Amino acid sequence: MNPLDLLTFARGSAMNWALMICVAGIVLRLFEIFGLGRKADLSRARTVSTGSGWRTVFTRSWPAAGMIKRDPVTYLAGYVFHIGLMIVVFCYAPHIDFIRSMTGLNWRGLPSTLVDAVAVASIIALLALLVHRLTHPVKRLLSGFGDYLAWGLTLLPLLTGYLAFHHQLFEYTLMLSLHLFSVELLLVLLPFTKLFHSFTVFLSRWYNGEIAGRKGVAS
Amino acid sequence: MNANLARGINAFKEVIDAPIASFFSSCVHCGLCAEACLFYTETGEAKYTPIHKLEPLRRIWQQEYTLTGKLAKLLGLSKSVTDEELAEWEPLVYDSCTLCGRCSMVCPVGNDITYMIRKLREGMAASGHAPPDLIGATTRAVTIGSPMGIKWPAVLAQIKHVEKDTGITVPVEQACVDYLVLMSSMEIINFPEYLAALSRIFKQAGVSWTLAQDAFEATNSGIQIGASDLAREIVSRIVVAADRLKVKCVISPECGHAFTALRWEGPNLMGRPFGFEVKHILEVLDELSIAGRLKTKGRDQRPLTYHDPCQIARRGGVVEQPRRLLNAVADDFREMSDAGTMNWCCGGGGGVSANSRAEPLMLQAFRHKKGQIEATGVSTLVTACANCRIVMEESLEHYHMKVEVVGLTELLAQYLDEDKTP
Repeated sequence: MNPLDLLTFARGSAMNWALMICVAGIVLRLFEIFGLGRKADLSRARTVSTGSGWRTVFTRSWPAAGMIKRDPVTYLAGYVFHIGLMIVVFCYAPHIDFIRSMTGLNWRGLPSTLVDAVAVASIIALLALLVHRLTHPVKRLLSGFGDYLAWGLTLLPLLTGYLAFHHQLFEYTLMLSLHLFSVELLLVLLPFTKLFHSFTVFLSRWYNGEIAGRKGVAS
Repeated sequence: MNANLARGINAFKEVIDAPIASFFSSCVHCGLCAEACLFYTETGEAKYTPIHKLEPLRRIWQQEYTLTGKLAKLLGLSKSVTDEELAEWEPLVYDSCTLCGRCSMVCPVGNDITYMIRKLREGMAASGHAPPDLIGATTRAVTIGSPMGIKWPAVLAQIKHVEKDTGITVPVEQACVDYLVLMSSMEIINFPEYLAALSRIFKQAGVSWTLAQDAFEATNSGIQIGASDLAREIVSRIVVAADRLKVKCVISPECGHAFTALRWEGPNLMGRPFGFEVKHILEVLDELSIAGRLKTKGRDQRPLTYHDPCQIARRGGVVEQPRRLLNAVADDFREMSDAGTMNWCCGGGGGVSANSRAEPLMLQAFRHKKGQIEATGVSTLVTACANCRIVMEESLEHYHMKVEVVGLTELLAQYLDEDKTP
């Protein structure tokens, strides 16, 4: 298989399979969660709490007062990496082209030099988070294989994308294929690893906001 | 697997619901919950990280309710929860968690960690891994009627004292009144001023109320230890009395977990909504004040601050009421840092103060509150939970701090304008 065939496979059937496994995995995981059900709360809500869950979905994106000071690395690197990743995935013109080719959706991208800088910032933030995880007593205690796996799965697409963009390491076609494979690996494992928090974060925040909202507390 | 462990594991499996599955799926081990927990901030020990305390429950969830976890278990790749592990976790779950709920407010992915620890305790208790003191308190609550072993004659003796001191008759077993008043053991033993204050305030406000002989105790060790069946039995006494006396509302006293037990867990424990309302005493006093029925005269000149009991404020939604009430009688009310829903616990909630082996840790955890109180420069600390009060009184004494702790109801009664009876 020459590099071009490899790229065709990476862009074609490999991507299709990865997406299918990803979607099936997400559905399965959501079934696993919702299948457990939840008893109706029979206590009288203090206030009409409609919307409190949805509010927390958004408000929890900001740190509680005084928290940044307590762990600036996690917050700052966390924001840089999450926002950076969103920008790189959804605002880089070739990514938008790729998404358009699959879904028909289209929007304007950002200049590639800017996206490049954001990618570098995201990689640095990820490295900072790894060092923090390895050195902070709390994070070291909590961390296991799954945490480092999720970290690696996230770093790989950023790193291979950066290398492909700059024509580094391998010949471009091969590098681009590796980039696509890294994305596919991420997609396949997303539902079954810590990366699934990208979906359940909305659920968890909603539950939290709803539980607190019934008691008249904005969480 | 021994029978106790099997019971515990079954209880773990039973409490896991969609929110818990979502919370565990969302946790990325960022460790920020540690920064919100006073047991971590005051000791610096990583094992006190809130989400770490849930490790046994997390593994049960993973092994029982996820495909990958089931596969890993089948292939022998995951560790089963053992008796030894639960014994090791017992101090983390009971001694170093006051169910204060602060971690649930800061978790970036929105995990209600406290919700999970409350549920985790069900499995811990079922497997026999609860602190002996909490087992004793719960046994007394179920068999005698009160965790501190108090019976009705002790309440009656206090009623007589109050009637003698105030000249007001304390109503007992009065049907069709507005309020059924409950007390906590701590108030019956240590703070008789609560009942006296309430009698005076209610007389002035023209409130109809009663005590019930078989339901005077508001506290519920069952929810602290995590035994829902026992919690249900304890709460049912109040429900039965409230229904029998046909009261409109039951007043939870100056106690944190009693409010949670009755107001939020009560109907769920009983499996039906209540036919009466449940209010914390501060809510009732605030309503009376707003309606112009609670009249005061004179103002307290002392600089004072207010400690928010976690179950009343963050887990109960009673935040504005104490401030309105305090501002009505105090000239120099100073807020502590992080006051309100982000308050820091006294260190003794959630059963910690009833667990004697946890005392050194509790006193260490109090250092956060100590710093907050010192920063306000006051020597009067007002609160609305008898447990917070006793914990803070003991801790203040331990640290040789000259700060007086006062219950808010009692403070209001001091400034009651008893001449203006409506």
